[in-house]
Parts: sequence; structure tokens; C-alpha cells
Amino acid sequence: MARKISMKQAINEALDLEMARDPLVICMGEDIVGGAGGNGEMDAWGGVLGVTKGLYAKHGDRLMDTPLSESAYIGAAIGAAACGYRPVAELMFIDFMGVCFDQIYNQAAKFKYMFGGKAETPVVIRAMVGAGFRAAAQHSQMLTPLFTHIPGLKVVCPSTPYDTKGLLIQSIRDNDPVIFCEHKNLYGFEGEVPEGSYAIPFGEANIVREGKHVTIVTYGLMVHRSLEAAAELAKEGIEVEIVDLRTLSPLDMDTVLDSVTKTGRLVCVDEASPRCSIAADISAQVVQHAFGALKAGIEMVTPPHVPVPFSPVLEDLYIPSGAQIAIAVRKTLQGGRK
Amino acid sequence: MSSAITPIIMPKWGLEMREGTVSDWLVDVGTRITVGMPIMDVDTDKLSNSVEAPDPGLLRRRIAQAGETYLVRALLGVMAESDVSDAEIDAFVDAFEVPVAGADDEDAGPAYDYVEVDGIRVRYARRGPDEGVPLVLLHGFGGDLGNWLFNIDALAESFPVITLDLPGHGQSQAKLPAKSVAGLSDFVAKLLDQIGVAKVHIGGHSMGGAIATQFALTHPKRTASLTLICSAGLGKEINTGYTDGFIAATNKRELKAVVEQLFANPELVTRSLVDDLLKYKRMDGVPEVLEALGHSLFSNGLQTETPGLKLDAKSPPVLVIWGAKDQVIPAQHASNAPAGSTVAVIDGAGHMVMLEKANEVNALIKKHVGSH
Repeated sequence: MARKISMKQAINEALDLEMARDPLVICMGEDIVGGAGGNGEMDAWGGVLGVTKGLYAKHGDRLMDTPLSESAYIGAAIGAAACGYRPVAELMFIDFMGVCFDQIYNQAAKFKYMFGGKAETPVVIRAMVGAGFRAAAQHSQMLTPLFTHIPGLKVVCPSTPYDTKGLLIQSIRDNDPVIFCEHKNLYGFEGEVPEGSYAIPFGEANIVREGKHVTIVTYGLMVHRSLEAAAELAKEGIEVEIVDLRTLSPLDMDTVLDSVTKTGRLVCVDEASPRCSIAADISAQVVQHAFGALKAGIEMVTPPHVPVPFSPVLEDLYIPSGAQIAIAVRKTLQGGRK
Repeated sequence: MSSAITPIIMPKWGLEMREGTVSDWLVDVGTRITVGMPIMDVDTDKLSNSVEAPDPGLLRRRIAQAGETYLVRALLGVMAESDVSDAEIDAFVDAFEVPVAGADDEDAGPAYDYVEVDGIRVRYARRGPDEGVPLVLLHGFGGDLGNWLFNIDALAESFPVITLDLPGHGQSQAKLPAKSVAGLSDFVAKLLDQIGVAKVHIGGHSMGGAIATQFALTHPKRTASLTLICSAGLGKEINTGYTDGFIAATNKRELKAVVEQLFANPELVTRSLVDDLLKYKRMDGVPEVLEALGHSLFSNGLQTETPGLKLDAKSPPVLVIWGAKDQVIPAQHASNAPAGSTVAVIDGAGHMVMLEKANEVNALIKKHVGSH
């Protein structure tokens, strides 16, 4: 039965269903149960924002509180994956990836290739991404392009509770390491989600709105900002098509190219910093493969190339808005080749 | 004299419709409208359909603008006789209360119920009056109770209507009680026992028609009438390219191409319709159910069971409806209905005739069920 639940509940439900289905699925992370070594009630925390709350009561010690040492427990999760488990490690903020990066990009991403396909690393690393949480420069980054740069990693960043549940289930069942990016400002976002299990295949973008004039390619929170822009632009008679990439590695360029071939105009919206971003990657690939279809220059809407500001006023200005996206769409409609 | 003024409002088609977009008016101000006359075309996020006049009258005012979206029960137009002044119509329009989204639905209680039969959880919906012999409608292969989107509420004005998601379909559990028409018919009988329904008018679409037919053959005393829509079981041939394609499709592109075969007008296949089907097909267990059932009932261009050919003059009264452009089961099978059946082959419609020509299908069913 489908009912409305939040993205946070969708994550909890995906973990719950997969732990019930497969005894090899384990969860580890800081405070995901009750706080390591604490005297408090187990299951009191469920992670820093309560995502895993309630799972310890059902699955017991298959959920593990870890020391505050990302390099240790991410390494342990990757090792457990190489030995046959299906660990889901919660890294809290993606910004902390730096201290365990060797384990991720030099080990997990490489095992399958360096051991001639004999080793698999079915690990999922869940981490919160994105700005708007008043958490300053070290807890607010959209670091997706760091991971799409590494061959051997799969990178997911969903925009709805439905996609979150199906893509997390797919991530757990997948035999490769997956970086699962959860936008913290979407945790409370609700949508219809079936109660049962389902998996959404990787590399399948979703057209969330159909239109014929301009294509917007985006992912995560920016899908919602783009939808706001599209609703505004519809009043001016501008029909925008929005492609939600959902997975950034693998990347569904077929859907992007089909849409751009139809509309001839492209706006890439990315919450990551502009240099070497997902937006820059999509733009380059469209120019390479569909230059003839383009009727105007490509527009990109991204934050400025600065750390996320702590000042709430500046942080709000930093994150691309629906209004900025609408301006970019109008601009690409004004520009054009004969 | 607002009592002489008749509003035309946005209808609610199916259980989940919240709003509709008026695509075109089909009548001008000053038109004398008769009951059942199509007044305007409306697009929902699922499909488009024509709004028909529920009452006769003179169209005085077109409120809704083509291209605009209106909530269910919003005022779209006004009918009144010529002795009603424009000022009175203005006053009526000004006083018309715009419905609050969702408020009404919460009052109406849950749209669906669930029942467990033989260890399988099944979703069903009951609409219409409490009294009377209900019409039970069974959807086809890969379908769900949403296939009766344009029928359930219209029919429930006249008699109780029960629809359900067959096992392995829609939001019922992805588990099969049997892979045969007879086994599924037994399951439906048990389900009706469990929800306390004895006598029924039974109807079905496609595979659901074969199940309904088997039900009528097994339980003739329990069956007041039988309605078969583009039904399986009335002949051997079936386009297994469709059923196999539906089973095999794993993404939107493949699924859209397959599902377009269901309609005479393929443009009716919206993104939302394909999205919903894909969501269903991706539920754990569903691909296995579809493969097992589909290959058991339909293979190499043939149906394995033809209960419809066993119907005779002693069977409950039969109504057969077909879309003339059905690309899944040939409309010629309508001629295999037993003597004395009411048969209607509707032009401009395909396999989903109850969606494409909902108003005509509803009128036929109302007449058939009403007279037996």
C-alpha cells in the first residue's frame, strides 16, 4: 500500500526491509544506535538526525555504534564487504569523507579491477549532503563530483522519498561500492511510497516534468527548485522539461540527449561548486554528442565558487534559487543561432 | 432564483483525482444541452475524458478557461433558462464556494480496504449505496482497480460497485493463489464470502472477463448478470506480443511502446500512467507473478482457457462490450457470445474501451445491471 512518508522514513524503511530480507546486511556508524559506550537506552539516537531509529529493536547487534573514527569504521565496512557482508555505513556528513578517502577511492573502488574481478565490495556509504542547514562550511557541501570522478564508485542522489527507498534498496543489493547522498533539507519532504520492497535500477534518469522549450538537467534538492522555476515559467508560456538524474554514476546520458534533441536548449542546475561539477560534465557531454541539436548556448546554475557561508543571509543567497533558474531558462531562450 | 441555475462542476474520476485541466469546450454559450451530451474535454494526470451533462439545460456561462486547471468540484460553467437574468447568474457564480483541496476526501474515510484471503493480502474498494446487489469489476492482466477510474463513481450512482486488485496486481500482495482462470475465480468467490457479499453482478475486462465468466459458470445462482469487456475466454486468439512485451519491459521507453497498444489513441498513454505501471512492475515479486501467470494463460498467440465458449442460454444474462480497434484480443470474439447476449462494439476505442469511451460503456453497464 502506498502512503505518504518522509524521505527520512523512506531510508529507515529501505534499511529495515533489506535487513529483514538478507542477514548479511549490517549497519554501522556514529551514534546510529544509542551512542557507543554510553549508559543510555539503546536505540535512543538512531543517528544524528534519527534516521536509523527503531532498527536496533528489530535487528539487534547487526547495527553497530562505532568510535568517532571515520577512517577506522569506513575501512572496516569496506573490509566486511570484501568478505561477503553487505554493510551500510553512515558517515553523517559527506564533508567527513576526507579522513577516510584512501579506503574509499584507493581500496573499495579498486578491488574489483585490481583482483581481476574476483573481489566484490558491496558496501553502501550513506552521507548527508547539501547546504541550507545553518551548519557552516564543513557540514554543508555537495561533494558529489568528487565521487563521480572515481571509476569504480557508484553515486546516487535522490530527490523524492519514492526514489530514495528504491535506490537505497538497489544500492544494498548492488555488488559495487555506492556513495548514497541524502540531502539533509529533503529529510522531511514527504511523498507516496509503497510499503513493500522495490528496487530502482541505476543509470535511469527520471523526467519529472515534460516540456518542449528548454531542458533542465539536475538532481537532489535542485529538482525541487527547478520545479518551482518551471511552474513560474509556465505562466509565461514556457514549457520546461526537467530531467532528474537520480544516479550520477552511472549517468543516463541517453535521456539527457533525447531531451536536448527535442528542446534544443539546456540549463544544468547543480548544487555542487561550479568547477568540474556535474553541470560541467553534462554540458561537455551534450556539446560533444548533440552539438547539432543545440539552438543556443548552455546555461549553468550553480553556487558561486566559494565555501558555504555560515551567515544565514549569505547561505540563502549561495544556494541556487527557483528565480535564478528561471532567469537562466529565459536567457537560453533569448540566445540562439539562426 | 438560484434554484433555476444548474452548475457544471469538475467531476471526480476515480479515487485519487484532485484536479483536472480543461483542454477544450465542446459547446458554445446558448447551446441547449441534453443529458449525456459531451460538454468539454478534461485532462487529468492519468488520462483525458469528456465531461458530460448530468442535467439538461441552456448553457449560459462558460467559467472555465481552456488550458486552466481546476480542483474537483470547482465551477466550470452555468446552465439556466433564458428567464434567469445575467445578474442572477453573476450572483450565483460569486456565491459559489470553491472547494478546499483534500477536505472532502478526509471526511469520506479511507478509499480502500484490505482483506486477507488464503494468506494473500488484497486491496479492494466499495462505492455507492449500501443496499442492492453489487457489481464486482475485475481488471485484466497487469491491471489494477484504477483501470475503472472513469467507471466506478459513475456506476456507483446507481448501484454498489466493488473493485479489487487481483492477487499479484496493483497494491495486493505479489503472490498468486493459482495460475489458472478457474483458480483465480475460486479466489474471487472466497474473497466475496469473506467480505459478506453473496449475490453479485459480475464483470471483467480482458483476463478479468475470463475470471468473471468462470465465476458465472461455477456460481450461476449467485450471479445476477455478467458483463464482459474486451474479454479473454471468448475465443482462442490473443496478441501475446502485448502480454510478453508487458512482462519483459523494464523501463519507461519499453513499457510505453507496449502499453500504447492498449488504446486506439496512443496519445492517451501519459507519463504518469507509464510511471505508475513501472512502479508496480518494480515491486519485489511482481515480475515473477506476471511471468508465471502470463505464460500460463497466454502463449504463442493463444489463450489456454476459453470459459466464454461454455456460456449458453441457461447462463446469467450477458453483456459484451468491445473496442472495435482492440489490438490485444480481436473484437470478432464478441460474436462468440451466447445467443441472447447484448453485444456492443464501440468505434474509436481499443482494448481499454472502458477508459477511452467511458460514458458509452457506463451507459451500457447501467442498463444491463439495472434490468437484471
